[in-house]
Amino acid sequence: MNAEVRQIRTAAEQGLSDAYAATKEQLPGAGAIAALRDQAFARFEAVGLPHRRIEEWKYTDLRAAMREAKPLAAPPDAGTRARMRDAGVTVAGVEARRLIFINGMFVPDISDLVALEPGLTIGSMADALAAADPFVVSRFGRVDASGDVALALNTAFMGDGAVIRVAPGTTLQRPLHLVFTFDGAPGASFVRSLVEVGAGARLALIESYESAEGRDDQVNAVVELMVGDKAHVDHVKIGAESTGALHVASLVATIGADAHLNTFVFNTGGALVRNQLFLTLDKSGATLRVGGASLLKGRQHADLTLLLDHASGGCQSREVFKTVLDERSRGVFQGRIIVRPKAQKTDARMMSRALLLSEDAEADNKPELEIFADDVQCGHGATAGALDDNLKFYLMARGIPEKEAEALLVQAFIGEAIEGIEHAGLRDALMEASVRWLEARSG
Amino acid sequence: MSLLDIKNLHVEVAGRKILNGLTLTVDKGQVAAIMGPNGSGKSTLSYVLAGKPGYEVLDGSVTLDGVDLLALSPDERAARGVFLAFQYPLEIPGVASMTFLRTALNAQRKARGEPELSTPDFLRRVRDVAGKLGIEQEMLRRSVNVGFSGGEKKRNEVLQMALLEPRLCVLDETDSGLDIDALRIVADGVNRLRSPDRSMIVITHYQRLLDYIVPDVVHVLSKGRIVRTGGKELALELEAHGYAQFQDEAA
Repeated sequence: MNAEVRQIRTAAEQGLSDAYAATKEQLPGAGAIAALRDQAFARFEAVGLPHRRIEEWKYTDLRAAMREAKPLAAPPDAGTRARMRDAGVTVAGVEARRLIFINGMFVPDISDLVALEPGLTIGSMADALAAADPFVVSRFGRVDASGDVALALNTAFMGDGAVIRVAPGTTLQRPLHLVFTFDGAPGASFVRSLVEVGAGARLALIESYESAEGRDDQVNAVVELMVGDKAHVDHVKIGAESTGALHVASLVATIGADAHLNTFVFNTGGALVRNQLFLTLDKSGATLRVGGASLLKGRQHADLTLLLDHASGGCQSREVFKTVLDERSRGVFQGRIIVRPKAQKTDARMMSRALLLSEDAEADNKPELEIFADDVQCGHGATAGALDDNLKFYLMARGIPEKEAEALLVQAFIGEAIEGIEHAGLRDALMEASVRWLEARSG
Repeated sequence: MSLLDIKNLHVEVAGRKILNGLTLTVDKGQVAAIMGPNGSGKSTLSYVLAGKPGYEVLDGSVTLDGVDLLALSPDERAARGVFLAFQYPLEIPGVASMTFLRTALNAQRKARGEPELSTPDFLRRVRDVAGKLGIEQEMLRRSVNVGFSGGEKKRNEVLQMALLEPRLCVLDETDSGLDIDALRIVADGVNRLRSPDRSMIVITHYQRLLDYIVPDVVHVLSKGRIVRTGGKELALELEAHGYAQFQDEAA
């Protein structure tokens, strides 16, 4: 159809075009939703998959890395549903309300939907799109404004996801856990979730992705998060998929006045992973904490790209990212903080550190500050280095074997980021996951 | 009966020859002081005994109870009873003191085929030793040595030494950076560990420390070899006359 738009198309780009033509009629939502999908897909058609000559994707050449476009993942059968009842065990110690998604599709019958707290509503994105839910429809424009092609592809193909609303003033004691798991023939999943936390409400939200080793699913996940005035949100995303998976995830969040958002990305999975955070502080007095910890080995590639917009004054943000790289893995951090002219009294600090455990690993750090206001405090730092041999010797001189000494030091390194997570159970769960990763390394 | 036998030890660091045929025997239960001017090889000797990478042994042998120490990694040496109290103890942000102590103790026990210590037993021992050294429990809740003063770091070294119960303690300039009160606390801690089963090498530049930790024997190290050995009065002689005479002897 539009083959003339771009001269050379990769197999994956052609595959996406074919898939869209073949499936668009079956995707949920008609009318305005269908029009939105077409618009988004047209943007992809115009530019293709992001590649290294696009500055925002400089270190993660999705066009080169994606050899094929997988067919859209099939809905789970009864056997799969039964098997996935216990999905989400990564954070078993946290008494969360688990919502289970298999191959990107919400499975209410194995999700914990009993006795929802007053003020909490949970629904399926597929249902909301099919019914042209006015609340859901009204939110899409904001996401697409970023112009990111991965987001556009998500909008074009979005199948299912969660729609969560927490009414103003509601405090949820139990964390909500969105569990994304995969089974059957590996395929492509485009997941779109929408989470609105009303003014003064409190929510802890976990998002985890897991799949059996050896699978090569392609996942494009988007969470739109609206944090109301004076609301308090603790969000942790855990990537623990097969080391064959392609995973592109975007968090698009707006933070209200005097609100607090603490968002953390923990990643040990995937062949190629990109986590994009588009965060906007558009009202005054908000505090934001963004953290990340990645532990990579083999030929894994993980990219964390942050675009933080201090659009309003008097907000404070703290960013701490840690990456541990073993074997031939590659870690990418891009952090851009924009301080708009009216965002006076902004206080923003960003730190990214990479620890290389192997001569063949690579870390790319690109921090950027764009400051247009004059009364601000902003700083950033980035480091990449090996373990400190003197510290290692000190530990070994006390009788701790080399691998164990390295593991202690790596835990300490990662711990500095994980300490920033508010929920104690989640902190412990992620420290334990780090220890397991280290044990697998020494074993 | 000797515990440690160093014979004709030649060591190079970053292409520079530091130890030049050092020979030294430390008997079981003996406290041996090693004194010497700056650059004579005192710290090099301590690092070679502990097994720090980068210290190349060109010739000679080091045995502990007949076992070739030089063939062992630092952790294996520690499990066999070698303990180096660092001149400058390192800060390890993010590693909790208690985790560090317990990991070290249990790693050594495991290497020796002994059962791990139970948590209550471990805590009791730490509390007991820490109390005697005037180390607050609050300090042990922090990361290893982070935010500790010079004196606190040295006390923490002695705490580790007391917990790990080594057979050979090497104290590298333990007096450096300590005021007189801190010196007394550290020395008392060390003296409590003196035993017929434990030998100590006390490396120092000044005689002052030896007023508190009284040695059985004093060796003078100069230009990478032992040039004189005597009783504790040798330390006083050095204090009075300096090291100049020995530097000529070594040449």
